Parts: sequence; C-alpha cells; structure tokens
Amino acid sequence: MTLIDSPTVTASTPAPPAAPRPPATSQTLLGHFERGLDAPICLTWELTYACNLSCSHCLSSSGRRDPRELTTEECKGIIDELQRMQVFYVNIGGGEPTVRSDFWELVDYATAHQVGVKFSTNGVKITPEVAQRLAASDYVDVQISLDGATAEVNDFVRGPGSYDLAMRAMQNLFDAGFRGFKLSVVCTRQNIGQLDEFAAIAERFGAQLRLTRLRPSGRGADVWDELHPLPEQQRELYDWLVANGDRVLTGDSFFHLSAFGEALPGLNLCGAGRVVCLIDPIGDVYACPFAIHDEFLAGNIREPGGFTSVWRESSLFQRLREPTGGGACGSCSFYDSCRGGCMAAKFFTGLPLDGPDPECVRGFGEQLLAERAMDAVPKPTGDHSHRTSPPRPRGSTGPVPLTLSIRRPDAPPVHACAESPLAGFSPDAATTQTLTAAGCACGTDH
Amino acid sequence: MDLPPLDLRLTIHPRVSVRPEPFGALLYHFGTRQLSFLKDRTLLGIVQSLDGDRSLGEAIELEGVTPDRVDRYRRAIGTLMASSMLVPAARTEAAA
Repeated sequence: MTLIDSPTVTASTPAPPAAPRPPATSQTLLGHFERGLDAPICLTWELTYACNLSCSHCLSSSGRRDPRELTTEECKGIIDELQRMQVFYVNIGGGEPTVRSDFWELVDYATAHQVGVKFSTNGVKITPEVAQRLAASDYVDVQISLDGATAEVNDFVRGPGSYDLAMRAMQNLFDAGFRGFKLSVVCTRQNIGQLDEFAAIAERFGAQLRLTRLRPSGRGADVWDELHPLPEQQRELYDWLVANGDRVLTGDSFFHLSAFGEALPGLNLCGAGRVVCLIDPIGDVYACPFAIHDEFLAGNIREPGGFTSVWRESSLFQRLREPTGGGACGSCSFYDSCRGGCMAAKFFTGLPLDGPDPECVRGFGEQLLAERAMDAVPKPTGDHSHRTSPPRPRGSTGPVPLTLSIRRPDAPPVHACAESPLAGFSPDAATTQTLTAAGCACGTDH
Repeated sequence: MDLPPLDLRLTIHPRVSVRPEPFGALLYHFGTRQLSFLKDRTLLGIVQSLDGDRSLGEAIELEGVTPDRVDRYRRAIGTLMASSMLVPAARTEAAA
C-alpha cells in the first residue's frame, strides 16, 4: 500500500506517439518507485500511542502513552527535515493524535514549513471551535474514522460511544463550512454491506469517502479472523470500487483485488520503504504503518543522521528496494497488478513474504493459511493497549464458555436485600426510617 | 481536450511545490492537495521555465523539443492546467 490516495494522483506525461508505447513510460516511473526515492512522497507519523478508544483492530495497538514519546522540539526537528527533503505532506495519526497537548502547535509548525498535514482522528477533540479553525486552513486536512454506518456495527469494533463521537465531529466540521474532509472506513465483514450508506453519510456532511483495507497488524491480528471480509464480500467490494472508484479514495489499499479483473486506479505497488514509511511516537522508523514490528524497524530518528539517513541508508530499506521476482506468485497471470499483495498482511498471518496475500482472490492465500503451522504467526513486539480494558483476550484462548440461567424458584435469595438494594424500603416510611451505617435497611443483622 | 495555445503565458501556481526527481518531478498543490507526477525531465524543464513572461511556445523551444513532438508537450501542459498546477500569468494574483 502506498498511502497515496489514488484519485489525487494525476500523472502527466507526453502522450504516446502514433506507435503506442505507454507501458515503457509507466514502467519507468514504477521502476523508479520500486527502487526507492531519495525522500518519501509522503509518510505516516503516529504522534502518540495514547488514545481515548480501544478499537479492537487498532493497527498500532494503541492505548497508553509511551514515556519515551518524542518531545515538541524533536517533532519540530523532524518537520524541519521533512521540509528540507521536500516531503509535501504527512498523514498524522496515532493513537489519537489530538490528545497531545502540543498537537495544534505541531500542525501550525508543519504548515508554516511547507509540510501539509492530514490527520486522522476519532473526533474526540473536534469541537465547534476547533472545526471553525480547521475550516479556515487550506493546509490541514482531517480524516474522521468510522467503521460502521450504524452505531451497532461501528461500536462493535471501535467501542461504545465512538459512533456518536465521529458523527458529532463530522457535524461540527460541516457546520463550520469545512468541505471535502475525509470519512475513513476500514472495510470489514460487518460493514461491507453498508458501502452505499457510508457514501450517503459522506455526502450528507460534504465529506469524501475513503475506504481502506483491514490489516492483521497490531490488535488487528487478534480479530482478523472474525473481521476480514469473506471471499464473496471481496468481490462485492471490488465491484463497488469499480462502479464508484472515481469518488472514493483508497490509499491504494486494494490492489490485491485487481486480479478480479481490471486494475483499480492507483499505483498498484507496495510503497513500503520505497516511497512511504512510518515514524512512530518514539521516533522509530518502520517500513509502513501496518508493519510495526521489529522485523520492519529501519532505525530511529534520534540516531545521528536523523530521519534522512534512516530513509537513505538503513539496510532494511535498501533490501526492500531490491528487485523481487514475485516468488511463488511470479507465474500468476495477475502478478503485474496484484504484485503478491500486502507484505504486512502476509507477515502477520504467518505467510511467506514471497508468496500470495492471505486474501488472494484466487484463494491461494486461504489454502496456505489452512496449511500453516500456528507457531508461524509472529508475536507482536510492541503493545500499548490499555491494561484495564483489553478489547479481547490476547492469544489463542478462544471464547469463554458461559451459561446464562435464571434462578430456580425453589432456591430463593438468602435475604431480600441480596436481590434488591431497596428491599424493604417504603417511600411512605422514609421519613421515619433510620438507615444503619452499613446502608442496608432490611432489618436483619448480616 | 483543446491544446493550450503556444502564445499563452503561464506560471506555476504559487501554492505548488516542485520536487525534481530522476524520472521527472513530483508536483504538489497545497490548495487542492493534489499530487502530480511529471514523467519526463524535458517536461520539467518546460514547466520550470514558465515564468509568466515567456510564452508556452518559447518554453517548449527552449528545451529543444522537435516540432513533431510539440503537441505532446502541449497536451501534458493542458493536463497540468486542468488540475491548476499551472495557471495563466494574468490570473496569478487572483488565484493566489
């Protein structure tokens, strides 16, 4: 995935001469991208692991702030570097980036230094006042996350109250006159049937719909089996994208679906470490936002040379920029458009990186998933989840068996107050009744 | 699409940044948040010499484009105009 929202890419090239040779020019451009650029086209920057929500599929396993988080000055240093490298814009995320107390200061600093900002938020800080301020700036774009067109579907993955939070934020942006902000949806088994409804919500708020792929990254690895779209839903999604592709953004997420037929718009290239990367809250640089794992850690911006030398010299990125043959997928007739799919999706499901994507539309991924050894699935190397509200038990504990029953009528409670705290309380007698220190008025000594 | 006339005077939109690359260049428009790829160094040269004074024809000539290829570059320039990466020189101040 490139993180570059495809409809914003308007390649401009001299038209081919009479004898057509378009592949030559476009191959050259893709070839350049595959070998990596001196600076990323854009990058994702997770500002904090702190988050007010505990989404079950959080790709960065966010929740708690990391005490090693970059300081304001360090963040400004990164922005200076991005300006020097002519990185035009950053996708800021988290965690919930707006909970950082210096968030607006950093956004202002970036836009004053020719680094545009698009930030992702669950909407928690998008008050009417903030919305006004955002609407006044050309250089800042906002992306509201919503994973269900109804509260029921959304809150199932993003937690209670998160639907209302997002809807309120969008209403505030709309009321402030902000047009064209992004409504960002991670496509799941539960919401594939709601694509038209998402489009309607976006239209209602003057927003643009953005659909992205669910990755088995972070906590997403724990819920991927239950949440990732079923094979027939992938087809439904592909058909919807073909029919509506000109008005939705995808961040080039779905190039693995191109094997269904015509290629979807976009670069159709994994840009990890080649044209995009991720900077995490403590300055670690990873190949892409879906690959927060030691295996894809290129270096840290706190090391001498900063981000620039990590980007240009890290051995991991050098390796990712080497030509690949396609491995087990090399002989597939769809390899040119699908390119073996997503590296992170393969890695976190325990599949070989040079083979098919777990969601390969030809079913080769599923076959491998069924055959893989369970210990092939890598363990996470970082986790900032809230300790008090884990969305799901980690590991392979499976569902907890629980039998619900009603009390048998032949076994009454030992005390009436064991059933109701107001047992024996009569409003009429309230003026004369004296409650004991323990607070129970049932009159027995227990 | 009609080809832009050769006597047109164009300039890069003030909110557009140009990043030269071995394959050509990346253009980013901070106002529309659009990204464009120039897949050709010659095209980059033409774009960079559009300073508002020079005509499009002069800019194309300056890059040594042979007559049989001129229309291809005009078409590419037309694409960049359609996405507001390039604007007519007279309109620059209003567009800013």
